[in-house]
Amino acid sequence: MADQNAMSSTSSSSSSGLVLGNPIQRFMSATEIDTRLLGMIGALLLIWIGFHFMSGGLFMTPRNLWNLSVQTASISIMATGMVLVIVTRNIDLSVGSLLGVIAMVMGVTQTEYLPALLGFGHPLIWVITLAVGIACGLAIGALQGSIIAYLKVPAFIVTLGGYLVWRGAAWWVTSGRTVAPLDTTFRLMGGGPDGAVGYTVSWILAIVACLAIGGYLIYARQQRRRFNFPQRPVWAEGVLALLGCGAVIGAVAVFNAYPWPIRIAENYANANNIPIPDGGLFIAHGIAIPVLIAIGAGVVMTFIATRTRFGRYVFAMGGSPEAAELAGINTRWVTVKIFMLMGMLCAVAASISSARLNAATNAMGTLDELYVIAAAVIGGTSLSGGVGTIVGAMIGALVMQSLQSGMVLMGLDSPLQSIVVGIVLVVAVWLDTLYRNRGQ
Amino acid sequence: MNQHVTAPLVELEDISIAFGGIRAVDGASIDLFPGEVVGLLGHNGAGKSTLIKILSGAYKRDSGDIRIDGQAATINNPRDAKGYGIETIYQTLAVADNVDAAANLFLGRELTTAIGTLDDVAMEHKAREVMGRLNPNFRRFKEPVKALSGGQRQSVAIARAILFNARILIMDEPTAALGPQETTQVGDLIKQLKSEGIGIFLISHDIHDVFDLADRVCVMKNGQVVGTAKTTDVTKDEVLGMIILGKCPPGATPGPGAMKE
Repeated sequence: MADQNAMSSTSSSSSSGLVLGNPIQRFMSATEIDTRLLGMIGALLLIWIGFHFMSGGLFMTPRNLWNLSVQTASISIMATGMVLVIVTRNIDLSVGSLLGVIAMVMGVTQTEYLPALLGFGHPLIWVITLAVGIACGLAIGALQGSIIAYLKVPAFIVTLGGYLVWRGAAWWVTSGRTVAPLDTTFRLMGGGPDGAVGYTVSWILAIVACLAIGGYLIYARQQRRRFNFPQRPVWAEGVLALLGCGAVIGAVAVFNAYPWPIRIAENYANANNIPIPDGGLFIAHGIAIPVLIAIGAGVVMTFIATRTRFGRYVFAMGGSPEAAELAGINTRWVTVKIFMLMGMLCAVAASISSARLNAATNAMGTLDELYVIAAAVIGGTSLSGGVGTIVGAMIGALVMQSLQSGMVLMGLDSPLQSIVVGIVLVVAVWLDTLYRNRGQ
Repeated sequence: MNQHVTAPLVELEDISIAFGGIRAVDGASIDLFPGEVVGLLGHNGAGKSTLIKILSGAYKRDSGDIRIDGQAATINNPRDAKGYGIETIYQTLAVADNVDAAANLFLGRELTTAIGTLDDVAMEHKAREVMGRLNPNFRRFKEPVKALSGGQRQSVAIARAILFNARILIMDEPTAALGPQETTQVGDLIKQLKSEGIGIFLISHDIHDVFDLADRVCVMKNGQVVGTAKTTDVTKDEVLGMIILGKCPPGATPGPGAMKE
């Protein structure tokens, strides 16, 4: 009895009660860093360093990393939604087609309907266009989700049907004609020299992000103190703050090290009467707008998944659908909401993809569903349900895009690229299975 | 049993449900008073769990009436049942495997902060309090319930049921997965809840689990009620006869399923 009292008075958490072993284990348990996430970041760095040497020093340059971030944005946004879909043991094969049809609808809205209504180049065009796209995504998601939840048709079949239907619908919008060019403000969502926030704003955002990280750690600590729960040691909090802020500052430093192309900078200087110094004008890109949107989506989705009732229900349903139903959760409505969210995220991804291309084509988003699912799965989302994180899926998307980008830099043929990506997907999931089995 | 002067807490009257051609429950009637433990006995497949799942909202009855406090009650899903203060601990331990104990206790009824986000620390605090009372050895609050032992999962399921001031508690084979020490704990808990005026349905196919705890027993066979009796009026052997043969002893009130002499 004595040791029982001692145990419960010192600490109620088994993890902090058993801090033994080597310094690395101690460090990991004190900081409560997810080892799986750490493994993924390690794998990502390995891929980057590997490609850096194999491509002759082309990979880890500000230019390539900046481009990589922009290329990843669209897939990673959709992957955040796919996590919730897969966690509840569903699948969405229609996201690529959804992206296509929404991009077409938004293209027509901003180039044909709105200019006629508001006048060409009206500043509100991009907002209304985005709203139309999001409404479209929500509606399609609600339709597919309702069929899955209430008519009990398996998600695989419903979205396989959606895959064909929405790809056909994308063609139908303009009978296959490509819509271009798009509204100039809308285009900023796609990145490029204009579609990045620049040097100063990037650093301001970095400072805000660092303050947010510190603020969150302090808030969490205060919450734990409120009920006298065991807390992380102060040094561990410090390490976490340092790692978080270091990642933010490092990323912004890289983005700010990538200058505008010389010709564009010259044009800009001439237009604004800025003298061009010797060796050319250095105007930094800063963080690209699509990357900001993706980060925003990641933060919001993480919040939804971990801090709201809806998120809690999603994971509870994924683990044990019957138990969730018996606990009084309206599982069908939750399913509909998940697919609506997925549709909305497809709309955001569609605006980024079409803005980046400065055109809406009916083939847009082809094969995206597979990359999105692969990103979620590489990111640790379990197809048997109940397990997955938003940040993992986003890193998964970055891994996929890094592979593609690196192989392009190495000059690999595109068939070989597909083969490598396919093999990596299978190996990644196999490693994850090994990791999970060890954990049990 | 002067408590029977008060109105019954729950009355199930002439309940029937069929799956395909099989009448799983056939015209069953049963009632429960405040502070009373009613043991529902019968073989596997006798219809006990099905009858009780109708009360807890998991199944929809084909016919019959449910009255709570004498008023007709509408129970179409588990949410409705919880609205009447009916909490159920299922035989299959219906806990959400991949979330932690606190999340399970509050599943469907989460505590939220002023801005509507989950108040995890408050939930963990309450969970530690309840679990401390129920199972002082329980310390694995941060792990998914999947990682817990059968007994620990059971205490999570029980804690969930009593957390929200249940008035009617349904326990479907509550000790099936437990060791002897934990079984005793559950027995003590039932006595404590009973003294607080909660009505309890205790379902089991093992008479020894139930007989000492129950005020009355109700035996089912082939979907029908064989008979109902106060545990003081019948012996264990007589109840066994009811379960196995459907033979109603003189101390019991016969139901439609009693063997015709």
